[in-house]
Amino acid sequence: MISFTVNGQDHRFEGDGDTPLLWVIRDSVGLTGTKFGCGAALCGACTVHVDGQPTRACVTPIESIEGQTVTTIEGVAGPVATAVQKAWNDLEVVQCGYCQSGQIMSAIALLSETPKPNDEDINAGMSGNICRCATYVRIRAAIHRASETLEG
Amino acid sequence: MTTELLNPSRRGFLQTAAVAGVGLVVGFHWSVKSTKALAATTGGQPLSMAFVRIAPNNTVTVIAKHLEMGQGIYTGLATILAEELDADWTQVKTEAAPADSALYGNHAFGGTVQGTGGSTAISNSFDELRQAGATAKAMLVAAAAQRWSVPVAEITVAKGVVTHAASKRHSSFGDLAEEAAKQTPPKTVTLKDPKDYTLIGTRLSRVDTADKTNGKAIFTIDIKQPGQLTALLKRPDRFGGKVKSFDATAAEAIPGVRHVVAVPQGVAVVADNFWAAKKGRDVLNVTWDDSTAEKRGTAELLKEYTALANTQGFPARTDGDAIAALSKSKNIIERSFEFPYLAHAPMEPMDCVVQITKSGCEIWTGDQFQTADQGNIMRLLGLPQDQVKINTLYAGGSFGRRANMNSDFIMEAVEITRAVGGEQPVKLMWTREDDIKGGYYRPMYVHKLSATLDKNGMPAAWRHRVVGQPIMIKPTDKGVDRGMMEGSTSLAYDIPNLAVEQHMTTVGVPVLWWRSVGHTHNAYSTEVFMDDLAAAAGRDPVDYRRALLQKQPRLLAVLNLVAEKAEWGKPLPKGRGRGVAVHEAFKSFAAQVAEVTVAEDGSVTVDRVVCVIDCGLPINPDVIKAQVEGSV
Repeated sequence: MISFTVNGQDHRFEGDGDTPLLWVIRDSVGLTGTKFGCGAALCGACTVHVDGQPTRACVTPIESIEGQTVTTIEGVAGPVATAVQKAWNDLEVVQCGYCQSGQIMSAIALLSETPKPNDEDINAGMSGNICRCATYVRIRAAIHRASETLEG
Repeated sequence: MTTELLNPSRRGFLQTAAVAGVGLVVGFHWSVKSTKALAATTGGQPLSMAFVRIAPNNTVTVIAKHLEMGQGIYTGLATILAEELDADWTQVKTEAAPADSALYGNHAFGGTVQGTGGSTAISNSFDELRQAGATAKAMLVAAAAQRWSVPVAEITVAKGVVTHAASKRHSSFGDLAEEAAKQTPPKTVTLKDPKDYTLIGTRLSRVDTADKTNGKAIFTIDIKQPGQLTALLKRPDRFGGKVKSFDATAAEAIPGVRHVVAVPQGVAVVADNFWAAKKGRDVLNVTWDDSTAEKRGTAELLKEYTALANTQGFPARTDGDAIAALSKSKNIIERSFEFPYLAHAPMEPMDCVVQITKSGCEIWTGDQFQTADQGNIMRLLGLPQDQVKINTLYAGGSFGRRANMNSDFIMEAVEITRAVGGEQPVKLMWTREDDIKGGYYRPMYVHKLSATLDKNGMPAAWRHRVVGQPIMIKPTDKGVDRGMMEGSTSLAYDIPNLAVEQHMTTVGVPVLWWRSVGHTHNAYSTEVFMDDLAAAAGRDPVDYRRALLQKQPRLLAVLNLVAEKAEWGKPLPKGRGRGVAVHEAFKSFAAQVAEVTVAEDGSVTVDRVVCVIDCGLPINPDVIKAQVEGSV
């Protein structure tokens, strides 16, 4: 049995330890904001935070997060998350929207580490997140916007 | 302007009904089939064939017959209707329409298929949604006039509020909804003069932005019905392969695996959840019968295509006599192009939830061709239309992949659900590997272009051969396949002798329209070749195109504007250059200038792209901008 928290709630998983965190979140915990895109850590649609670190849930075995803290798009909170989601709304970033939970989770992690990212920082922090609608122009602008908001 | 609503030859008739607790429902019927649909919905039952619903809680729900797959169509459709209704944008919601070609057929597809594609959603909805909005508004006004005992002409509507200024009375739409539903619908409505638009042409927020920013938006993959199982399908390694035999022992030993079933498309592992289904499929042993499968590889196909490109093809467009002009010329410019098969690769791999019960079949999917899929399910299961219910969800991208007259992944899901038996819902999921390997690609093509110039350096003859699989007709059919030839046959340049030739090939690789379809490869090859001709003539690429587009005002306008905005001709640093392209596709006219740096090691960086687009009346300029940004 593996114990961990998701968005502040305690959870226990009794299935196979090799089950990826993504499928525990989606099929057992029942939160669907975290998406499946590739199953191979190539697209970033499944990005969540594990102990605050951006993590590709699709290749993270549940046994590796024993005792850790998982945050999904449904559980993000705080000034950085608020600034990022507001910027995403204000700049109308989304198109199909399927990758955007992962994009936002990566953006929150980036801004938490690097409050004033330049374009290279954004490229480095977001390069693992693919958007097939190619909303990249607006993602970059929204991260800059959120950074400015947080600066006050 | 006034529009006649009750034109039986085209418009059918208008239906409204009052429904307790639902409020005002307005819909239009566009074909004779609607008589039957209407009969089924009178008698106080909620209507399902409406374009708008106004509830007592003051929400305006616009019923969207088109799939939202990222392109912003829910926002566009809602804007058109809300404009004529004079709704407040904050009260507007959207909801997917059920599958019903009589009510929701795409007029650009002849009205017989409900579906989204070919850049038709806004244009084919524009009239009907404006009329629906104007009719609903007229009925709200009539209800207010009756309640307040004042003339209709004294009532105004703005931002979701109905007002009688003289008596200082006003009311919300929601407050009037039930009384409005009892009004007799007007025979004609007056539509706004475009100069009075307050929503169309403005930057309204997308209706789906908030839910796609907080994880609440529901896609097919997120559907979970009670008792639902998850299926993964093992498909043949070669296209056209069939199941010879399979050994389910190892798969069935995986905890959570409930069924291993053969279907015409392969062998499915059906389990309690995705991971069990995946592990089961990983250990499933299937022996395939490849006797009728496609066995040629890319190299072999390329050789065949290249040989065909050197022979005369079916004349898809003939102006003058290019063949004679070329045969007489001693100075022929030529270039060949090879385009690979391309997967659509939307972020959300194909998926579909199916439930088959005694009362029919219900599916949940990001459905792009609702009534084509409905028809295929009806034929497969022997069900009448009213027993096949389609729930259309947001699609995590499509790029054409979810619009398939064969309903490929939907048929797989229905076959698997039927094979499992019982009434449990089954969700079929494709993995990314399934998506890349599973077919329905933009076809592979070989192009060969040949031209000769006149004494002034302008094209005297142009021949364009396209070799590959057709998309919209069979390779054995006579005629031109628009899906492979559009963009080549529609060449807009003024060239006296033009021969566009088609070679359709028969290959066992499933192909499909892929974002902008034939234009993807034809715009590329024709525009690169136009640069070749300009270079051979020693002419500037923009000036050269201008000279050939004098009879094409909209193309000329976007070309001129893009040259201006991109500062065409302004000197650039060493290693940096500009390229231009201009093309018309699906009634939109676009031109781009790219600034590109080629480093000493040969690597290429795109520094800047300027795009100008003329797509007609812009409903939401910001959504159009987003589409352009994503397409560059």
